[in-house]
Amino acid sequence: MTLPAISVRKLVKRFGQTPVLQDIDLDIPEGKVSCLIGPSGSGKSTLLRCLAFLEEASEGMITVNGEALGFFENARNERERLPAGQIRTVRSQIGMVFQQFNLWPHMTALGNVSEALKTVHKVPKKEAEARAMAQLVKVGLENRAGHYPSQLSGGQQQRVAIARALALSPKIMLFDEPTSALDPELTGEVLTVMRDLAAEGMTMVVVSHEIGFAATIGHQISFLDQGRLILTGAPATVFAKPRHPRLEQFLDTYLDRGASMLA
Amino acid sequence: MSFKLFNLLVQASAWTIGISAISIAIGFLLALVLSAALLSGKALYRRPAEFFISFFRGVPLLVQLLLIYNLLPFIGLNVPSIVAAIIGMSLCTAAYQAENLRGGFESVPRGLVEAADMVGFTPRQVFLRIKVPIALRLTFPALVNEAIMILKSSSLVSVVGIVEITRMAQDLASSTYLPIEIFSSAALIYLVICWSVALAGRFGERALPGGAK
Repeated sequence: MTLPAISVRKLVKRFGQTPVLQDIDLDIPEGKVSCLIGPSGSGKSTLLRCLAFLEEASEGMITVNGEALGFFENARNERERLPAGQIRTVRSQIGMVFQQFNLWPHMTALGNVSEALKTVHKVPKKEAEARAMAQLVKVGLENRAGHYPSQLSGGQQQRVAIARALALSPKIMLFDEPTSALDPELTGEVLTVMRDLAAEGMTMVVVSHEIGFAATIGHQISFLDQGRLILTGAPATVFAKPRHPRLEQFLDTYLDRGASMLA
Repeated sequence: MSFKLFNLLVQASAWTIGISAISIAIGFLLALVLSAALLSGKALYRRPAEFFISFFRGVPLLVQLLLIYNLLPFIGLNVPSIVAAIIGMSLCTAAYQAENLRGGFESVPRGLVEAADMVGFTPRQVFLRIKVPIALRLTFPALVNEAIMILKSSSLVSVVGIVEITRMAQDLASSTYLPIEIFSSAALIYLVICWSVALAGRFGERALPGGAK
């Protein structure tokens, strides 16, 4: 068995006194699409943000391709925070796509995609822009390279955001409800890009309300409820009847959101 | 009222514009430091900045100018009145601009910073490449507003003996007995200057990268 791309052990996350994630153990297989599903407030987005180290877990460990992310266990078995530079190095294997796109409004599409290559990796401007352009071609937006985010539709902005993450050649891509902020007719173009990426064998972790997408593209489905991981498995097993009662209840409420095919 | 009188007012406006422009520029640099102190999260930096701002926002500019003009010679610094005027105006506008900048930096959406964190920016790169440009964009209309306020407030430096538009108008009015014509002309000149600044501001806003077209 190969090493998982991301491994989560005994993860606990509290906001103040309130626990939002409890005892999470999860392996993200390499080269597969893992989907986190669950009702609002179940903690799925928080879990994804912990994987990106945008939220710091209160307890537990996360390793990315065997390297500790954020915290490690020192010789005295204490949990210790890694230095900022090391956190950046481990995190550089991870690309993140946000619900609200989070494109930088003062840069063009090409600027958004080439910025980190230039600023962080010191790639010469010309080469950085050529590489950025290649990513824009990949998401079908080469003719929008000079547009600012305010001049693009939501779907186009999200595709630029995907290109921005891909430009740094991450090993793992995290998607935090990538289509939730989009008009229904614009979700298709984003899902198509994600489908292509999955077909290339990219390791992906997707938090989504698109149950249909999760069921058809996902290799591993994890269902969270009230901060706990209820079950994890292949879609065929997770969605097979008889289902876990809480999953059944959750799917009922999402029948009109693409899950009808599973009814 | 002769063209010659009007021309004297126009010449005096060079002082108005010059003092205002220099004060706004110095004030902006001071405001950057002050807002950084306000946002530093360290009481050691924040408290003095807060004190500075509440003093210069809480005391009338006229009183500040008279205080500085009389205080500097008292502590042995004999500076020309123009320097006293610029110091007073710079400190005053710095206090207002610092509050604007603080608001701008605090309004930079967190997600834009997270996106920069995710692609490996250091905190310094996040500050220079993301926070500063976006905060400046958010603050720009307030900055133009402040420039206009300072242009008009510069009429107060007449009390420390600088012959800018207002002082020139007062002098001319008392020597020519044409107060209505002269003060109307002064008003017109102020109006043209402030309109130009507002217009330039609007163009500037549109020219900022990614701004609404």
